[in-house]
Amino acid sequence: MLGYTITQWLFGILSFLAIMFGLMVVFSRNPVNSVLYLVLTFFCIAGHYLLMNAQFLAIVHIVVYAGAIMVLFLFIIMLMNLNEDSEPQKTWITKIIAAVAGGMMLFVLVGSLKGSEQLGLSTYGSSQIGLVKNLGLVLFKDFLFPFEIASILLLAALVGVILLGRKEPVMDKKL
Amino acid sequence: MINGISINYYILLSAILFIIGSIGVMARRNSIIIFMCIELMLNAVNLLLVAFSTLHNDAKGQVFVFFIMAVAAAEVAVGLAILSMIYRNVKSIDTHLLSNLKN
Repeated sequence: MLGYTITQWLFGILSFLAIMFGLMVVFSRNPVNSVLYLVLTFFCIAGHYLLMNAQFLAIVHIVVYAGAIMVLFLFIIMLMNLNEDSEPQKTWITKIIAAVAGGMMLFVLVGSLKGSEQLGLSTYGSSQIGLVKNLGLVLFKDFLFPFEIASILLLAALVGVILLGRKEPVMDKKL
Repeated sequence: MINGISINYYILLSAILFIIGSIGVMARRNSIIIFMCIELMLNAVNLLLVAFSTLHNDAKGQVFVFFIMAVAAAEVAVGLAILSMIYRNVKSIDTHLLSNLKN
């Protein structure tokens, strides 16, 4: 098809969709729509992971991001009853400055790529490192200690959230 | 490049996604949207880590992405708890109203 392989077509389509949905996250006025567009962006990124044969990460990405984190965002937006009317808007000048600053940052990042070597992903689609078995071997052999630290981090976050979310803060009682 | 895709396209895609996220952080006033844009930036970096991990055929990059996901989950939980506490006290999550430390 037009000299491109099916992998390249998939890459192009997924990239286009990810960028479009990412732009919609920033530019849509209703926060609920932003969350839904972000979920779609995450699905596109999961598609990219599948394209690179990182199957475990693709599934974890969908479960953790689309399944847990974005539902948390939706819950908070629902509880705060945010909608288009209550949405604060920045002035036009701030938005233009933000866009110009972002454009310049993109210019620098892309400019640094110029003249660099075109390295291809040679093991594309046939790489076995993204499978659960191989990733688990690396995770539990070389990264066992960081893995345990991550579990302690999650426990600390859990305790912190419970402490933050209490009806009356602890400090008020003592003072 | 015969069958695969050059790593440069992945760098380009990640850069664009990262810039979209940073523009969102700069241009929006709603704290929740700012949080979501930070998530988008984290994901851009994750995508690049996986791409380089595939390029070098090294599983360590993917393990790093796994840890980043765990940290992001903890960060979002704590951040949203802080936001809901702010909303309970101020009745708004507009970043322009959160200037108590200024005085």
